Amino acid sequence: MTMAWALFKRDVGLGGAGFVGLIFFLSIVTILPFGVGPDLNLLARIGPAILWIGALLSMLLGLDRLFRADYEDGSLDLLLASGHAMEIVVLAKVAAYWVTTALPLIVAVPFFGFFLNLEPPAIGALVATLLAGTPGLAFAGAIGAAVTVSLPRGGMLLAVVILPICVPILIFGVSATLAAYTDPDPFLPPFAILLALTLFSAVIGLFVAASALRASSR
Amino acid sequence: MQFIDLANPTRFLSISARLMPVLIGATLIAFAIGLYMAFFVAPPDYQQGETVRIMFVHVPAAWLSMFCYTIMALSALGTLVWKHPLADVSAKAAAPIGAVFTFIALATGSLWGKPMWGTWWVWDARLTSMLVLFLMYLGLIALWQAIDDQIAASKLCAKVILVGFINIPIIKFSVDWWNTLHQPASVMRLGGATIHPSILWPLLILALAFSLLFLVLHLAAMRTELMRRRVHRLRRLAADSRLQPRKA
Repeated sequence: MTMAWALFKRDVGLGGAGFVGLIFFLSIVTILPFGVGPDLNLLARIGPAILWIGALLSMLLGLDRLFRADYEDGSLDLLLASGHAMEIVVLAKVAAYWVTTALPLIVAVPFFGFFLNLEPPAIGALVATLLAGTPGLAFAGAIGAAVTVSLPRGGMLLAVVILPICVPILIFGVSATLAAYTDPDPFLPPFAILLALTLFSAVIGLFVAASALRASSR
Repeated sequence: MQFIDLANPTRFLSISARLMPVLIGATLIAFAIGLYMAFFVAPPDYQQGETVRIMFVHVPAAWLSMFCYTIMALSALGTLVWKHPLADVSAKAAAPIGAVFTFIALATGSLWGKPMWGTWWVWDARLTSMLVLFLMYLGLIALWQAIDDQIAASKLCAKVILVGFINIPIIKFSVDWWNTLHQPASVMRLGGATIHPSILWPLLILALAFSLLFLVLHLAAMRTELMRRRVHRLRRLAADSRLQPRKA
């Protein structure tokens, strides 16, 4: 456990894609009104979906570096040889990735929400669903990152590999957010499914990513 | 003969070579009967007219696209659990075939959707999950090509196949969970088929024909892949012996 904590602290200290990811997220939000026009009603309607897709893309951005740097400088081999459970290593690295990449986005979402004419309830729901859903995306991403760790240009493949897990998370994340401020739909059922998907992705992600890392470096 | 005997690639090659002509003959006969029934025996639908005949290609192709992924998932289990030497060959050979069947199902569905639904494409749950299946096939093919080391490729692809298998029940039940434009299951459902026998029989015979076609293509692709690996190995041995001339 001390190893996992040390790894987590080191990865958080390294920073990851945090700041660049935030700028990337901002640029997606900025470019959107240029594409669909500055109609505030339309933006309010599609805003949650835009912020969710922006978060997904920003998380994909740095994902191919999740294990790559450790693979290239040999620390991954040391971690494998250390006898610690690889699942714990993956957990520590994914947690650090989430803290450095997803958390800044979620903190920034209330500010970006005003750009898109979102009401406070919508922003609240968006923060809640992103908090619930982005860990699932990070765990799913770990699978893709582990499978493509030895490939020089794995970034594109990674996105395709994790697509089937990301699609349901995106669907229920957006539908829960929309349900929070469109009247007849209840918020809780899609939100509960979103939480279930994240837990599912955490279980699958940890084990598959760990075994893929073991298979990748021999 | 035991199933384990097939683990020997040479024996697999000889057995499959004997099976191939029989299977090809059966495929041709099944297609001849099925297509004849589809065009001349099955009546046009009272609402959809002649376009209902698209179903005779669309439905078997869609079934096979999911069946093919299931075969890949079983092969992936074979690779990871039993380390069966042919399992990886089977999974790798099935991927392009599955991609083509998925493409046929999507394309014929689109052609059918234009006159019936008035649109080439809708973001319906069934259609979208099939599109995801198509992307997964393409992604797996790309992944196999991207990893040079054959053993690492087989293990990694097997894991990705197993993770992606969750899409198959989603496709199957998407029409029940999200009751959108695509019609719900009318053949493989509890309580029997809801299709009239005059259309059901040609459909089932064509489904058999498509399954036989899949078997033929899969066996042929596996044989090709085995021979490709053999050529690769021989080339490497030849290159090695050129680099280090054997001492007499």
